[in-house]
Amino acid sequence: MAYDYDKSIRPGKLPHIWCPGCGHGIVMKGLIRAMDTCELDRKNTAIVSGIGCASRLPGYLDACTLHTAHGRGAAFATGVKMAKPEMTVICCGGDGDGTAIGGNHFIHACRRNIDMTYVLMNNFIYGMTGGQFSPCTPTGAIASTTPYGNPDQVFDISKLAIGAGATFVARTTAAHPREIDKLIAQGIKHKGMSIIEVLDDCPTTYGRRNKFRSVIDMMKHLKANSVSVKAAPKMTAEQLEGKFLTGVLFEDTEKPEYCEQYANVIKKAQSA
Amino acid sequence: MSGARLEIIERNCKGCSICVEFCPKDVLEMDVFLVTAPRPEDCIKCMQCELLCPDFAIKVHDE
Ligand SMILES: Cc1ncc(C[n+]2csc(CCOP(=O)(O)OP(=O)(O)O)c2C)c(N)n1
Ligand code: SF4
Ligand code: SF4
Ligand code: SF4
Ligand SMILES: [Mg+2]
Repeated sequence: MAYDYDKSIRPGKLPHIWCPGCGHGIVMKGLIRAMDTCELDRKNTAIVSGIGCASRLPGYLDACTLHTAHGRGAAFATGVKMAKPEMTVICCGGDGDGTAIGGNHFIHACRRNIDMTYVLMNNFIYGMTGGQFSPCTPTGAIASTTPYGNPDQVFDISKLAIGAGATFVARTTAAHPREIDKLIAQGIKHKGMSIIEVLDDCPTTYGRRNKFRSVIDMMKHLKANSVSVKAAPKMTAEQLEGKFLTGVLFEDTEKPEYCEQYANVIKKAQSA
Repeated sequence: MSGARLEIIERNCKGCSICVEFCPKDVLEMDVFLVTAPRPEDCIKCMQCELLCPDFAIKVHDE
């Protein structure tokens, strides 16, 4: 009955550093279940991150983990995969890490279609540094750096990933825990760049500034505003206004994978 | 047969109350900053509490 997470956590690492109710813990549990579903050998699995609260995730897991520089998770993960194509590579991090300072690395990893699974925890804010707005902070929302409301338009991370060339793109939320592991497992099995965007909550720096009375309000908001891709076609444009589409948003199994392309280059160079 | 043994790992629980709010059977309750399970006999083992706990602090056991 009770799920055995303990075997995947480094001894003595719990309780983790995340605040009460922080969604990153829910995502970490989903990632562990997905790794179990795919029967990943932890000695052959690299989990790579940048910097931020979300990027603290790999440090808790018993696998080959790498905590790198802000926004550079995808770049380091690309290096690991190129050096050791036989490894399963998982990258993880936050919205600030992946779409602000690391936006460039993010789109180019998508463009190459390198075989990795990127779990991007989008809590709509820079949590770790005190709630500055990120490219995913909703227009009009209050951040420590937008006290009069955010004037910017937002990135739709999943659309950005599809546009940049990722070949498996899915979205879910921390309020849908069973879907988290299902989608990450699909992403791991997919050969090519898989982006799993998980919308989650930062009660500490985002929730309290934006009229969410508690973490429960934030979880209910995620739940109430999610629409599965299966249900969406039956809804009108007005009904879909402001909703998060969840499920597998895009899949392409034809596009060549980068390490395979590169292996061809090596072969040609060696026979030249 | 309904009912379960709910194990609470007090060291990990941060008292966010997510498990209490999302339990469909009102099995759990907050005791200030710590969750308690005063009505384990009503548990239907839906696993929502365990799945949604961000802190690895509650486990649902069969017996
Ligand atoms: C080069 C560099 N610039 C800025 C920072 C400060 N910094 C640390 S984490 C962070 C934002 C993290 O936001 P996000 O990736 O969304 O993660 P969250 O904390 O929200 O989970 C920033 C700006 C840094 N560590 N390094
Ligand atoms: S500041 Fe926000 S993102 Fe960071 S641990 Fe706390 S709730 Fe989570
Ligand atoms: S398993 Fe379901 S019914 Fe039982 S305590 Fe947890 S949330 Fe409540
Ligand atoms: S969800 Fe977990 S951390 Fe939060 S109150 Fe329940 S057991 Fe404690
Ligand atoms: Mg963030």
